[in-house]
Amino acid sequence: MGFWEVTLSLLAGLEQTCLIFALTLVLALPLGLVISFGSMSKFKPLAYITKIFVWIIRGVPLMLQVIIVFYVPGFIFGTPLFSRFGSVIAAFVINYACYFSEIYRGGIQSISKGQYEAGQVLGMTKTQIFFKIVLMQVVKRILPPMSNEIITLVKDTALARVIMIVEVIQAAQDFAAYGLMWPLFYTAVFYLIFVGLLSLLFGRFEKKLNYYKT
Amino acid sequence: MAILEVQNIQKSFGKNEVLKGISFELEKGEVMTIIGSSGSGKTTLLRCLNYLEVPDNGRIVVNGEAVFNSEEKENYTEANIRDLRLHFGLVFQSFNLFPQYTVLENIMLAPTLKVKEGIKNKSIPSQEKNREMSCIREKALELLEMVGLSDKVDAYPFQLSGGQQQRVAIARALALKPDILCFDEPTSALDPELTVEVLRVIKDLKKTGTTMIIVTHEMEFARNVSDRVIYMRDGLIEMDGTPEEVFDLSKNEHLNKFLNSGNL
Repeated sequence: MGFWEVTLSLLAGLEQTCLIFALTLVLALPLGLVISFGSMSKFKPLAYITKIFVWIIRGVPLMLQVIIVFYVPGFIFGTPLFSRFGSVIAAFVINYACYFSEIYRGGIQSISKGQYEAGQVLGMTKTQIFFKIVLMQVVKRILPPMSNEIITLVKDTALARVIMIVEVIQAAQDFAAYGLMWPLFYTAVFYLIFVGLLSLLFGRFEKKLNYYKT
Repeated sequence: MAILEVQNIQKSFGKNEVLKGISFELEKGEVMTIIGSSGSGKTTLLRCLNYLEVPDNGRIVVNGEAVFNSEEKENYTEANIRDLRLHFGLVFQSFNLFPQYTVLENIMLAPTLKVKEGIKNKSIPSQEKNREMSCIREKALELLEMVGLSDKVDAYPFQLSGGQQQRVAIARALALKPDILCFDEPTSALDPELTVEVLRVIKDLKKTGTTMIIVTHEMEFARNVSDRVIYMRDGLIEMDGTPEEVFDLSKNEHLNKFLNSGNL
């Protein structure tokens, strides 16, 4: 097993890793906003239910959630609801949406009442106030905690192998069966490059939003 | 006819009765200051005029049109409150400029959104758009010149002093051409030297005939700029008169005590 053979194998795994990462991000970012609105709702029952849901999702290990989504429908209905990959995406999206929702909530609630009132007395609608005034300020505030969470997501993708998705680590572990250990350590390089690129990107965003201060 | 009639406004927060029945009239072009100690209800009154609070009772009439009537409270929708509140402008104690926008954008934002909405619901023909937009820009630049900040058009709020920010906030409120401009302690967050520049702008506005209601703790300023002074105490108007009547001739015990407390 040569270096290139291993690298190619791991790159195939990386494709799965990237796919889980990208799909989770694209779906969980907007879903998180919806959940945050739920937890801030003035309709108390909705707020409570949302908060309990977020507590459960954040309180149970993601690995367990992946297993539950994949196996439990099979026990109940006799047939699985999702494919292996579908289960991973469903569990990851729900899990990350809950974490994102708390970051959004913190960001939205940190905007002073005066900003809303200024918009109101200028005759703006609630929607205009949210999108034209509040949102940009929220984005600036939540960028650092979001970067953190998104970087964690890169590495959490490794949990997918618990239901036999062959992502980077699983691809490396397959070599271990042949007595080859080094590919496992080699995967760290892939993660480091991935996270490195993300960090650069977030740094750029933060710099871009530095043109004003609150 | 009075431009503004406020009739028996009452407002409670829980058991705390903040306004116990406020009534006054204001003539067009008149400048009225409201003085009184903290907790007397001055700010709540201004917030009621601007729909930031909904009074429990009373009527507010602008130019003969009832803009608020507590008996019809249930009938107000978000949309007509938006229209009605534009009779009033409000300048906040803490400026509340939008930090992500430049000075010019801060002033143009609300009028621009209004025009865009007008085009969407066809109350403004779409070929008028460019003309309307350049009108808004011109008006904004004009207002900035009036408040003496023509050189700060492209600055962001964090680059300005408190006094400059407050002058931008005044221009922003004026851009929507309110009938009555309200100020909620506009200089309380400012150093004395910055206070002066804001007060100068308010004096200039008086010369142009702007109708204003000013809640302030600057007694000297209130005396100089006002046509009318209202002294509020415990949610009621205790004195209502010209600056001379209130500051010099009053025999009201509470008022004199209040006025003297600042001159120690």
